[in-house]
Amino acid sequence: MDPRKEFIKQLRRYQKGSISRRQFMGVTGLGTAAAVLASSMPELIAPRKAYAGDLGDRVALTSWPNYHDPKNFEKFTAATGVKVDLTVFGSNEEMYAKLKAGGTGWDAFVPTNYTISNYVAADLIEPLELGLIPMYDPSTYTDQRFTQPGMVNDKVYAVHKDWGTTGYCVNTAKVTETMTTWKDYWDLVRTKYSGRATVHDYQLTTIGNALKYYGHSFNSNDEKELAEAEKLLLEAKPHLFAITSDYQPAMRNGDAWLAIAWTGDAKQLHKDIPSIIYVIGKEGGEIWADFYAVPKGAPHRAAGYAIINFLLTPENNKNEVLAHGYPVADKRVLDLLPPDMLSDTIMFPAAESLTPLEFGAAATLTNPLRAEIMARFKSA
Amino acid sequence: MTTPAGMALTAAKKSKEAGRLATALLLAPAGFWFLLLLLLPMAVVIIYSFGVRAATGGYQAAFTFENYLDLPARLTAFKNTLTLAPVGTLICLLIGYPLAYFLALKASARSRLFLMILVIVPFWTSFLIRTYAWMFILGGRGIPALLGWIGFPDIRLINTPLAVLIGIVYGYLPLMVFPIFVSLEKLDKRLLEASEDLGAEPWGTFRQVTLPLSAPGVITGCMLVFILLMGEYLIPQLLGGGKVFFIGNALVDLFLQSLNWPFGSACAVALVAIMVGTISLYLRITRAQGQRDVSLM
Repeated sequence: MDPRKEFIKQLRRYQKGSISRRQFMGVTGLGTAAAVLASSMPELIAPRKAYAGDLGDRVALTSWPNYHDPKNFEKFTAATGVKVDLTVFGSNEEMYAKLKAGGTGWDAFVPTNYTISNYVAADLIEPLELGLIPMYDPSTYTDQRFTQPGMVNDKVYAVHKDWGTTGYCVNTAKVTETMTTWKDYWDLVRTKYSGRATVHDYQLTTIGNALKYYGHSFNSNDEKELAEAEKLLLEAKPHLFAITSDYQPAMRNGDAWLAIAWTGDAKQLHKDIPSIIYVIGKEGGEIWADFYAVPKGAPHRAAGYAIINFLLTPENNKNEVLAHGYPVADKRVLDLLPPDMLSDTIMFPAAESLTPLEFGAAATLTNPLRAEIMARFKSA
Repeated sequence: MTTPAGMALTAAKKSKEAGRLATALLLAPAGFWFLLLLLLPMAVVIIYSFGVRAATGGYQAAFTFENYLDLPARLTAFKNTLTLAPVGTLICLLIGYPLAYFLALKASARSRLFLMILVIVPFWTSFLIRTYAWMFILGGRGIPALLGWIGFPDIRLINTPLAVLIGIVYGYLPLMVFPIFVSLEKLDKRLLEASEDLGAEPWGTFRQVTLPLSAPGVITGCMLVFILLMGEYLIPQLLGGGKVFFIGNALVDLFLQSLNWPFGSACAVALVAIMVGTISLYLRITRAQGQRDVSLM
């Protein structure tokens, strides 16, 4: 096979997510590398249309792994002549640190709900010029909870992309117990399924779900409660298979049978291995939403708005959902989704299981004590 | 009044001065480089290590020893680094020396070239990709599956210290082989014949002639591997699964996740101090045994 074609095929596989890995990306920034490589492959770039002159010829989008439909980027390039440079990150902390350090050249990026007020406070993102995102229509959202975090001081700083929950995956081919709670998870991890479970390499969710074992708030910043969570984590550590946000490979090859997981990963795993199911802890846990925002001083600002508007266009957003497996709140998109997806209980869990869930808070993410507990847990 | 001799003297002095100026000019870029990229950052790290974490993360000026007193919180990471780095270096030496010996003294000229290429070929693929491949080789569907097939079920390799050690030896072996190979290849073969003629057994020849003469390569190889291993981040990250933590991993966490730069700086300073201490001790011991100075390749 022509090596160039082979490379493009591999790149597509990578972009589709079949060979991409959350942690891999985090460690390497290979996302950037692939984007740079892509720009040196003329076959990947459709001929530039004359009318797109004022958008420039490229847009830098910063997001998360396995989070977009690569075909959408091709369509965008074909329609506007603007090439998409995609960079992916491993955690909100890193994304924030990078933007705060400056000189990123990002034109649009995907922050999570609890970070937006921090970005505004640090003067890193601009109030959105909604006229440039005509496809954004707050009245089409099924639940205002998913649009609220984008509003700071009555101004819209970020528009909703999708949402999800944080629960855990269970491989029922190996795990015989019916698991429904975070108590089940931490108890079985430390006993019968020692060496078979993973937790996120992310303080917000790992500490938050350890707090749920005791029935404390996912967002607790109480020193005593956090000390209890740390004790549980340190007890669990020798029994864990890994501390990683890249748990799909371990679940897929059978090394791990239990994994703290986000909706989309659970959906992707369940699709390929039906015995892997997804549990939202009865005690509660996290519900979250991701957003599109534009950094201050974006070098291709107009193109940044254009890509956001393009991806929010219902037809394109539908393809995004089909690719990443996270639910959206835009009714126009929900109407386009296949019925079996709408009845999928991983993506659209019963309303009562969502009731006890909490949105992560800005103070939870930035709490230095939580950060240090996580760091101690990892280096223990 | 100037005598020809005096003129010659002034000319010599002048040319000496010009020589000094040339030396200074030639060294200036390297000196500037070290100042800008080594000494200044090092000074910043030392200053930071006495500071406190700012409320939103990062550094805030202060003068406290708190960060150094907190170092025991990273004891396991230091322990992992200080056991796996020397053990990894030793295994690399034990495997690398015979290989280098064979390449330099036993292999025919033609097969030597071929074998050298085999040692180098892995470098054509990114180290990251190769380490990632090990994740799958050591994972449940890799070697453990084969072992289960021949009757050793439930063997866990990935995310254990052994997995990290395998990754280390795989990744760093060539760095050990090359310096030893070079020092063995330079070795005057007539000395070996002389030793044999004078009645030494093969083992005696090796111990009294080959080994001492290849010591500079051994020292260089060990230092190269050991120093790089002390700062290793990738192998424990990928093959340790967050369970076998090196100081390098703890540093990444402190700087990027918890944004506790002062504590991270204190850990970094402690690592550099331990490294400098270990290496000076190592050099003192090897020099005391009458070895030559380190030769880099």
